[in-house]
Amino acid sequence: MAAMAARACGGAWRRGWQRGRGVPGPALGPFPRGQRAVACNARGGAVPAGKSGLAPWVPVVGLEIHAQISSNSKLFSGSQVQFAAPPNSLVSFFDASLPGTLPVLNRRCVEAAVMTGLALKCSINKKSLFDRKHYFYADLPAGYQITQQRVPIAVNGSLSYSLCIDSKMSQMVTKTVRIKQIQLEQDSGKSLHDDTRSQTLVDLNRAGVGLMEVVMEPDMCCGEEAAAAVRELQLILQTLGSSQAVMADYEIQRQIEELENGGTILNETRAFDSKLGCTVPMRDKEGKQDYRFMPEPNLPPLILYDAKSLPANMNHQQVINIDWIHERLPDLPSVKREKLVEQYGILPEHSFALLNEDGLAEFYENVVKQTRMKPKRVIGWVLNNLLSYLKQHSLTVKESPVSSFLLADLLNLLEKKEISSTAAKQVLVELWKGEGKTPLEIVKEQKLQLLQDQKELEQICQAVIDRQENEVMAIKAGNLKVLNKLIGLVQRETQGRSNPVLVKQLLEKKLEVATREKPHK
Amino acid sequence: MRALALARWVRAWRVPVRGHSGHGAHRPPPQQKVSVEVLDHLEHLALVDFRDSEGVERLQKAIEFADQLHEVNTDGVEPMDSVLEDRCLYLREDEVTEGNCTKELLQNAREKVEEYFVAPPGNIPLPKLEERDTFLQGS
Repeated sequence: MAAMAARACGGAWRRGWQRGRGVPGPALGPFPRGQRAVACNARGGAVPAGKSGLAPWVPVVGLEIHAQISSNSKLFSGSQVQFAAPPNSLVSFFDASLPGTLPVLNRRCVEAAVMTGLALKCSINKKSLFDRKHYFYADLPAGYQITQQRVPIAVNGSLSYSLCIDSKMSQMVTKTVRIKQIQLEQDSGKSLHDDTRSQTLVDLNRAGVGLMEVVMEPDMCCGEEAAAAVRELQLILQTLGSSQAVMADYEIQRQIEELENGGTILNETRAFDSKLGCTVPMRDKEGKQDYRFMPEPNLPPLILYDAKSLPANMNHQQVINIDWIHERLPDLPSVKREKLVEQYGILPEHSFALLNEDGLAEFYENVVKQTRMKPKRVIGWVLNNLLSYLKQHSLTVKESPVSSFLLADLLNLLEKKEISSTAAKQVLVELWKGEGKTPLEIVKEQKLQLLQDQKELEQICQAVIDRQENEVMAIKAGNLKVLNKLIGLVQRETQGRSNPVLVKQLLEKKLEVATREKPHK
Repeated sequence: MRALALARWVRAWRVPVRGHSGHGAHRPPPQQKVSVEVLDHLEHLALVDFRDSEGVERLQKAIEFADQLHEVNTDGVEPMDSVLEDRCLYLREDEVTEGNCTKELLQNAREKVEEYFVAPPGNIPLPKLEERDTFLQGS
């Protein structure tokens, strides 16, 4: 199950234009500025209505995503699926398209497609068909790809995703994109172009690996929406385990940039024509390319069953029960997020951040289990302190030098008010070094314990008050913000070992000044 | 099998001379010739080379052979797309049972480079009809 190709979740971007919705048909005269239909914040923006008075053009984005199925063997043959193996070592005679070989469908691939279809709320076609799609390319030895063009395995679903509408990541809006269909198909081999020697090297290790092509309707308006939808699909596929859905980030970025530069991306492969001296379209999907689809003559229809239609006397291994698969679907990301918000009282944005990073949600839950600190307070430490450190050092949660146990230990000290928040951050810095010391040991080493002796603290406060005459005058005159300076001085005096809340209270009492209660961090 | 597949595709592609199938059992009239455009398109797509008039004639005959299907009355009959439609599609367990035969696979390769198959650079599109040496030009 280790198929980790960078191409595992590749996309084809279709960008088209359609008349804006919500603006009533052809109107008389030019549109006043305020009424131009702008679907979203696409950098391309809407094209002005122009003289025709028709509704302005609005960009739409449709996506076709090929996700490599997580399986041990290929879709129609028993050769292994594995990333990075010696060239042509994972190739069977069928994959190399040697004569006399026939396709045999892999059960696991069908289950993966059904799971994905159910997770995306599709109707599963109980009868689906396989077809041949013909085109010539060196990495397609058969000259055709087996796919599902007429009747795919799943149709008519939807995917809900969220995206932030402001840069502060505090306002999220939920959108939906319709899923047109999901089909099973073969992947092609890999071509390495050697331009110096004018040749192509072909590795068929990937030829025949199972793919799920997820086709989305053009319901998205821009690169941001598309990226968010793909991200959510990625999370869903990873949760289901049907695909590892690893896509190089640069690929997403590159395509978003191309889209936002106003270009229309034709999904095409180009070849260099030495006579013309320029590239020419080769596999132009929009144009005259004719794949001459025909039914795959070697494969009968794929029949799936549910609880009602289950045949009585058939070998279990030959039967795929949609309902059985449905019952065993794991919690999807959206459900997990809701549960986190409900259980721990965190914000939706927090739940997104937790699920966005592999292993972070479990880490958070483990910390919560091992500490008395409220989950709402713990989330800050996990998202702001831990996660930012991991990102800075490009570490995954699994590689974190600070375990959930250590962090919980630290937070307990903080909760019991044995150390201040500032001190806790200092301890954390020390813990990152991963030298095996416990938080308590570090606290003792660096003498970070909060002063417990009230009398000593009072004395220090008094000393500060006595020294800072000007500030005291200002405070008594009504400028209460200056109190913070005094608190800072006490902190310095105590080398950060005083509880700022307590210090504030003491100072206020001494100066006989009352300030508004600020919410404690 | 190949000629039949091509014939099937050509029949779907061109405009039918008369009404569709299912209306009776009589021999269809001789069909019009397949146009040069279609033949050129086919040469591009399928990389066949009709080579000479005999090649085109063979295609023509294959189409006529397939046209006999019009004799059958198919009113109310669901089209069949596979003789295997009543068969059970066998599902294989997800186990690794093949592969690891690089040497054997490369045995028949004319050219190889360090266990890679060698192919010409990319797809070289067939030149346009006017620019290539084909008998279709004269048609």
